[in-house]
Amino acid sequence: MALAKAFDEMTGPGDALAGAAVRDAYDALKSWLDTTPPEHFNTRRSQAEMLFRRIGITFAVYGSSDSTERLIPFDIIPRVLTKPEWSFLERGLKQRVTALNMFLNDIYGAEECIKAGVIPADLVYRNQHYQMEMRSFRVPHDLYVHIAGIDIVRTGENDFFVLEDNARTPSGVSYMLENREVMLRLFPELFSRHRVAPVENYPDELLATLRSLAPQSATRDPTVVLLTPGRYNSAFYEHSFLADKLGVELVEATDLFTKDDVVYMRTTEGPRRVDVIYRRLDDDFIDPLVFRPDSVLGVPGLMNAYERGNVTLSNAVGTGIADDKAVYSYMPEIVKFFTGEEPILHNVPTYRCREKEAFSYVMDNLKDLVVKEVNGSGGYGMLVGPHATRREIEEFGRRLKHAPDGFIAQPTLSLSTCPTFVASGVAPRHVDLRPFVLAGADEIRIVPGGLTRVALKEGSLVVNSSQGGGTKDTWVLDA
Amino acid sequence: MLSRTADNLYWLSRYAERADFVARILDAAHRLAALPSSYGGRESNEWASALASTGDADEFKKHYDAVNEHTVCDFLAFSRHNPSSIRSCIETARENARSIRTALTTEMWDAINGAWLELRNYEGRDLTRDEFSHFLDWVKQVSLAFDGSAYRTMLRNDGYWFTRLGTAIERADNTARILDVKYQILLPASERIGGSLDYFQWTTILREVSAFNAYHWVYRESIKPLLVADLLILNRQMPRSLTNCLGMLVEHLDLIADSYGRRGESQRLASNLRAHLLGADIDRIFASGLHEFIEHFIGENNKLGAAISEQYLV
Amino acid sequence: MRIRVLHDTIYTYEQPARGLIQVLRLTPRDHDGQHVREWRIEPSVDGRLTAREDGFGNIVHWFTADDAAEALTVRVTGEVETFDTSGIVRGGVERLPEPFYLRDTSLTLPSAEIQAFAGKATAGGDQSRLSVLHRLLEAVHERIEFEPGPTSASTTAMESFEVGKGVCQDLAHIFIAAARHLEIPTRYVSGYFLHDDDGEDPSAGHAWAEALLPDLGWIGFDAANGVSATEAHVRVAIGLDYLGAAPIRGSRVGGGTEKLEVRLKVDEPQRGQSQTQSQGTQRQSQG
Repeated sequence: MALAKAFDEMTGPGDALAGAAVRDAYDALKSWLDTTPPEHFNTRRSQAEMLFRRIGITFAVYGSSDSTERLIPFDIIPRVLTKPEWSFLERGLKQRVTALNMFLNDIYGAEECIKAGVIPADLVYRNQHYQMEMRSFRVPHDLYVHIAGIDIVRTGENDFFVLEDNARTPSGVSYMLENREVMLRLFPELFSRHRVAPVENYPDELLATLRSLAPQSATRDPTVVLLTPGRYNSAFYEHSFLADKLGVELVEATDLFTKDDVVYMRTTEGPRRVDVIYRRLDDDFIDPLVFRPDSVLGVPGLMNAYERGNVTLSNAVGTGIADDKAVYSYMPEIVKFFTGEEPILHNVPTYRCREKEAFSYVMDNLKDLVVKEVNGSGGYGMLVGPHATRREIEEFGRRLKHAPDGFIAQPTLSLSTCPTFVASGVAPRHVDLRPFVLAGADEIRIVPGGLTRVALKEGSLVVNSSQGGGTKDTWVLDA
Repeated sequence: MLSRTADNLYWLSRYAERADFVARILDAAHRLAALPSSYGGRESNEWASALASTGDADEFKKHYDAVNEHTVCDFLAFSRHNPSSIRSCIETARENARSIRTALTTEMWDAINGAWLELRNYEGRDLTRDEFSHFLDWVKQVSLAFDGSAYRTMLRNDGYWFTRLGTAIERADNTARILDVKYQILLPASERIGGSLDYFQWTTILREVSAFNAYHWVYRESIKPLLVADLLILNRQMPRSLTNCLGMLVEHLDLIADSYGRRGESQRLASNLRAHLLGADIDRIFASGLHEFIEHFIGENNKLGAAISEQYLV
Repeated sequence: MRIRVLHDTIYTYEQPARGLIQVLRLTPRDHDGQHVREWRIEPSVDGRLTAREDGFGNIVHWFTADDAAEALTVRVTGEVETFDTSGIVRGGVERLPEPFYLRDTSLTLPSAEIQAFAGKATAGGDQSRLSVLHRLLEAVHERIEFEPGPTSASTTAMESFEVGKGVCQDLAHIFIAAARHLEIPTRYVSGYFLHDDDGEDPSAGHAWAEALLPDLGWIGFDAANGVSATEAHVRVAIGLDYLGAAPIRGSRVGGGTEKLEVRLKVDEPQRGQSQTQSQGTQRQSQG
């Protein structure tokens, strides 16, 4: 099935190749693309790749043994958002993350939204990411999600949808920062023609957020650390990059220990108390005495120190339930219930296969739908109906029939496209956007922009880096 | 700072230093092997001694049948089975660097990461003599660049001091290893074959510690075994002498102790060992046994390494 | 019935182990069918011992040793008075909503074989939940041979079902997997069991399951013995599976290999013994 022509970030609904008019925000960019000789772009592209390699931005791809360190392709044509577009997104994001926090606080506390029937009880309690340990104490400032990556797609001039809420350990922010850095180095002239809102204050905002969440027992100058699973983790580069920019220690589990319900790190000067842990490690692994006993990435006793209020974990334990795609489908109701407002950002219409009617509709329309595992991530275990072969659809149908509860389905959205350098020159490719939202005890902070991911294969709608996606710098124009 | 970070910095420097040492050993062995046999160019002997100074002979035997230029160069330069091969040193150094990116300056990271990237141009194929010699020069450049970047760009705090400790412990160990393998050719009894042969053996030792020119500046004499030993063990001008390495260790351990406000086992061991060297005299060392002296030193130096590790790095 | 428990868990390490932390779910609570008269936990080395309640409502002690130790014994002594309630557990602490107990865990994931087994065992006949559960209990008891050895603490229901053998933990896991597959909220119970022969019990305590009945509430099903929970059962901790109710979970740094020995004595006290203890000790274990 051929999709209708997608909205193009540069030319809008018109056809870029047919010489459609350019949207205002892209005027200067378009003339730059038209007037710059192609060799110049080629030189800059190889320079960009060299810069990334030198800086060391690489990521590990699951299941590929030969090249454990690979570059995520970077495209030098930026994706541009206007100030009004951004203000709209910003308001919507704040509302959404506020609601997420209220929701999490509620399901581990008063359970009002379950009693009121906003969300089915079994969807919450049977969820593997619902951590019952969190019921017996209150997290500092009642905040669970401190760092969120909300995936947004666009289908038209004013049509933005939230595709996913990443509320566990969202990654990619280092690319947002490095992409800008590389663009500034390679194309200083472009930045003199545009007023681009800066993003480089993100680490400062993050640190302020983390410090605001310190437990009451911490000193006025709380010690913050970043906990990484280690250098073999696919996002290790980002962990080390962020720790550097934050000016905090990058610790592995063996650097930390607990004694009498307090967390310490091993330093050359002896043990030092830790107050806030920005952990880039899933719940299941953080404490072998409470969660997976075979985890060597965690700190024994950490949960006890946490429950006693002697350390803040960021994000809190138990936020994974907000990543669940079945829970996602209730977000419009959740936003309404907790904020009393209409949701500013819309969800993609979602069929819950756990519901009988929806299930039979999905089974009948597999070839037109995108079907996702409720607990899946990274583009694994999903079916993109229009791009799948007959056999793939049949096989997926069998899986779905076997465990309908584990899946949701959505119409195949025609994601907006953005001009991108490919082998044959400049061509439209589908993009999404992941802005990073920081929720501190004092305020919600969002740096303007985020990470734009681009599906480099022609027609592909899968932007994940593990599936051949690339990234772009994201510009929010300040005027 | 984190104990693990200090540990990584320490080992990063040790491996960068070791890569340089292995390159020098190979370089010197090539020179000696290239000499006509009447000048001491007895191939098998020199390669065996290069192996003994740097590598793990037992591991070598598992993978090669014969000791010759080809096998020893492969084992010392490129083998993955040898944890001290140049390739392993660079890879291990880079792994250490990678896990502590936050504690390194960009220049240090570039030096070691750049080396790691460029290593691919050399490994996995047969190098000609010229190419191999070029490779060894490159390795020395890498160590120089790393050392220089640390010296020029690191803040003068505990992070820097731990890198210096790594360099000094490794350097002392390397110098002592050369002496341990070759002590017999420095002994008077070994003047058994003829002047020219020993002359080239002695100069080889000097080249291995890049002291061939230094020797002449320091002693203004023709090369004599007693003075070669003096230069390597006791001379305070010579950067790689044992005395100098211990001076470096004492200095940086004191800086750390002052900054933390605590002294411990490693400070005690280092100053004792340095006092032992300062009180020594080359004639008496020869009289009471050069071999025993060196063996004792290697043992003490290892103990010091273990004490540093116990006190700060775990 | 009065039941007296003496339970030593003895660890010995090759070298002194540092950073010893133990999580102890070894303290029973009252419900209509049992009253805790006296209970003490005594580690053999100095350290910090604090108690709190976990998400299930179990009393959990966290023990942190002050210094490195070559050996550690955790001694539990206590006495409980039990009453026959036909296996029904009422008047206890309930902290979690019922649907929570429908959740699969990796230890209790039902394989296709377990699903088929559950279906077959409960097909036809009286479809009341109580009847279904009793038939399932019987089926598991008959199908799985009680035999220590082939399984360990980390054996899953799937694995032990395939072997057809296991200990009380494995039988409980299989029962749970099957019952949850039938959409019946079910949970794991760890505790003690008074054997008829009144001798030393070589195993490390006992385990069974509890399933929820719409009118009666939670009822204990002991698949290893093929009966509902009785007066002889002392209920200590609950969880979704063994991991959530494990009597001891521990961690340490160094120490080399560890030797573990369990000495357990469950018996009836002689008349006149152990009746003078105050409530004070009981409060201490909950503190």
